[in-house]
Amino acid sequence: MSATRYRAPPAADVVLADLDELVAVFHRASGITHLVAPPVPDLLAAMAARWLTLDDLEREFELVDGDRDGLAAMLDEMAIAGLIERA
Amino acid sequence: MRHSFHVRVGPVSFRIGSAWPEPIRQLRALYRDYPQDVGVPDFTVRLAPSRPWRRWVRPSVMIEGDYVIPDAAPLPVAHGLLAAEMGMNLQMAMGQRRFLLLHAAAVARDDRAIVMTGESGAGKSTLAALLQARGWRLMADEFVLLEPSSGLIHPFPRPVSLKNGAIDVAAAAFPDAHWGPLMRDTPKGAIRHLVPMPDGLAAGEQPARPVLLLFPRFGLAAEQRPVGAGEAFVRLTQASTNYVILGERGFAALTGLVRGVTRAAIDYPDVETAATMIEALW
Repeated sequence: MSATRYRAPPAADVVLADLDELVAVFHRASGITHLVAPPVPDLLAAMAARWLTLDDLEREFELVDGDRDGLAAMLDEMAIAGLIERA
Repeated sequence: MRHSFHVRVGPVSFRIGSAWPEPIRQLRALYRDYPQDVGVPDFTVRLAPSRPWRRWVRPSVMIEGDYVIPDAAPLPVAHGLLAAEMGMNLQMAMGQRRFLLLHAAAVARDDRAIVMTGESGAGKSTLAALLQARGWRLMADEFVLLEPSSGLIHPFPRPVSLKNGAIDVAAAAFPDAHWGPLMRDTPKGAIRHLVPMPDGLAAGEQPARPVLLLFPRFGLAAEQRPVGAGEAFVRLTQASTNYVILGERGFAALTGLVRGVTRAAIDYPDVETAATMIEALW
């Protein structure tokens, strides 16, 4: 079984606005506004229009001994909210 | 309809039709200093009998128009003016597309505006009305119109709907003001409409740049705290009736607003204290 992959919309399909410590994300495809905290905006940028696995993301962000379960849970939440796809 | 009335408030025109003459007579008196626009209205409100015989027997008013609330309870015809005002609010809330609507009040000096928002009963209408005696012109009560393309607030100086104790307080502050009739025993208690002071009406088409976003709460000891942009954004999405409908235009307008203004929550025991706090924040 291959590893779960995640993909965010292309950068042109989301609009981001910094609101102090939070970031408002307007998802053009659904018209839904999300209010997110770091590191979600960084994840969206890294995964924009690219299928990545957890391993890929750990490499990308140089997460040594990172909280892999926490990252997986965050990605699942983003997928449920409709911000990213999961396959 | 048998009786009708046209009026323009800021950039929005209304036509109100009624099965009875009295609500129209009251509207004409209340809005006597507003432009009586007779062009094609942006919104139509109809005050119709809840049943045909209700035009004569215990007359009761249903609010109809471009948009309706299907199960709204009818009002007695003595509250016909209130029904008309509610109908105008409903049309705006459901049908306005040109502006992002915020359930808020706004006052301005020259071309700089303060937007005041908060839960119903937080005292924003009363505060906005009373600030008129302290050098502010009233831009809006109930609905603040934010234009997405410019980020400016456009005036919508409807008469201020004051309730219960606030009526006497405002009457003492503005002895020469123009008022609507006192309506007792409405679903919200006694209600009376205060027409904005002449400077607010005269500037009825002059937009202003928002510089301060205030979350006031009346009846508490004086206290002030800054409000983060994220919190302000969430509270304003909840205070907007058409944020979702406007899509990306609404998103850009609202994020632009909260990022471009000073944001503060103030608790205040009386208007004097609030006015002092506002001058310091301004």
